[in-house]
Amino acid sequence: MHDTVYIASALAIAGAITVALRVIPFLVLQPLRESRFVRHMALWMPAGLLLILAAATFRSSAFGETVNLWEAAAAAGVTVVVHLALGRRTLLSVGAGTITFVALVNLL
Amino acid sequence: MSDCVLVPVVGSRRTEIRSGVQESLAAGLGLFPLGVAFGLLVINSGLSWWLAPALSIAVFAGSMELLLVGLLAAATPLATIALTTFLVNFRHVFYAFSFPLEVVRNPVAKAYSVYALIDEAWAITNARTTGWTSWRLVSMQVALQLYWVLGGLLGVLVATLIDAPIEGLGFALCALFITLALDAFRSRPQLLPVMIAAAGFTVAVIVAPDAALPVGLLLFVAGLVLRHIIPGRSAENA
Repeated sequence: MHDTVYIASALAIAGAITVALRVIPFLVLQPLRESRFVRHMALWMPAGLLLILAAATFRSSAFGETVNLWEAAAAAGVTVVVHLALGRRTLLSVGAGTITFVALVNLL
Repeated sequence: MSDCVLVPVVGSRRTEIRSGVQESLAAGLGLFPLGVAFGLLVINSGLSWWLAPALSIAVFAGSMELLLVGLLAAATPLATIALTTFLVNFRHVFYAFSFPLEVVRNPVAKAYSVYALIDEAWAITNARTTGWTSWRLVSMQVALQLYWVLGGLLGVLVATLIDAPIEGLGFALCALFITLALDAFRSRPQLLPVMIAAAGFTVAVIVAPDAALPVGLLLFVAGLVLRHIIPGRSAENA
């Protein structure tokens, strides 16, 4: 019961925030467009934010129920190399990295 | 009098829907398999199968949904979920600047179009900036949501049939963020913010190992705000 309430609350909160972030700019487009702060954030936020998310998810993969640090490091390396060397095809890079990790964790 | 007006409209409506679906196909090649991975992850994380379609409707934002699976499975506090959602989806604020919403007249269609303004939908309208009509735009967005929801359901089904969880599948999320970070850095090569992010997360892991994600995100944003307030010439070169 508590679990269902928790999950429903989480979905409602995350959903409302996501929709608000999409709706509000259409309502206040002009002031936002002129804001230097918003333009700076648009320029600076994406790469750093994604780096933090990559690091956080790397941490949960590497230090899960068992420690798989070198396996995760190898799989992350494969992801980067495949992405940069084979034309930035996201699906291919994510597939190669994931298969590497699953194989290393399960087969060794 | 209406005949001569309505007939071409109905005809063009069908053509517009077909064009919209065509525009969606390339993105669908990425969305559908990722949806399958998302469905697999939901079951592998010990969550109920209905969470896959529920997430894809309540929070229609692919990478955030994948992240939420992990956060929900770990019973993360709601405040952390709210903060993470706000920061991760903050980029959507900038999509309004260049999304052809003005072609949509019907208020329900307009509401759907804004609700379903995912990265892929925005990217498609920015790859082809002319020729959008209400039907084309909305049918493209409906198609994208269908790929994602149906992919998720297939993933849930496959994971339920396999029964034994596949260990390590969650790495797909890490791999996805690595590729997104590389692409984001290429389109906006700003070194200093990336260094602030790395420093912020490192400090967070040391200071608050159990809440490294929200603390790291806050330190990162605080660093960027400082950087905005203190205009330094040296930083412009970074």
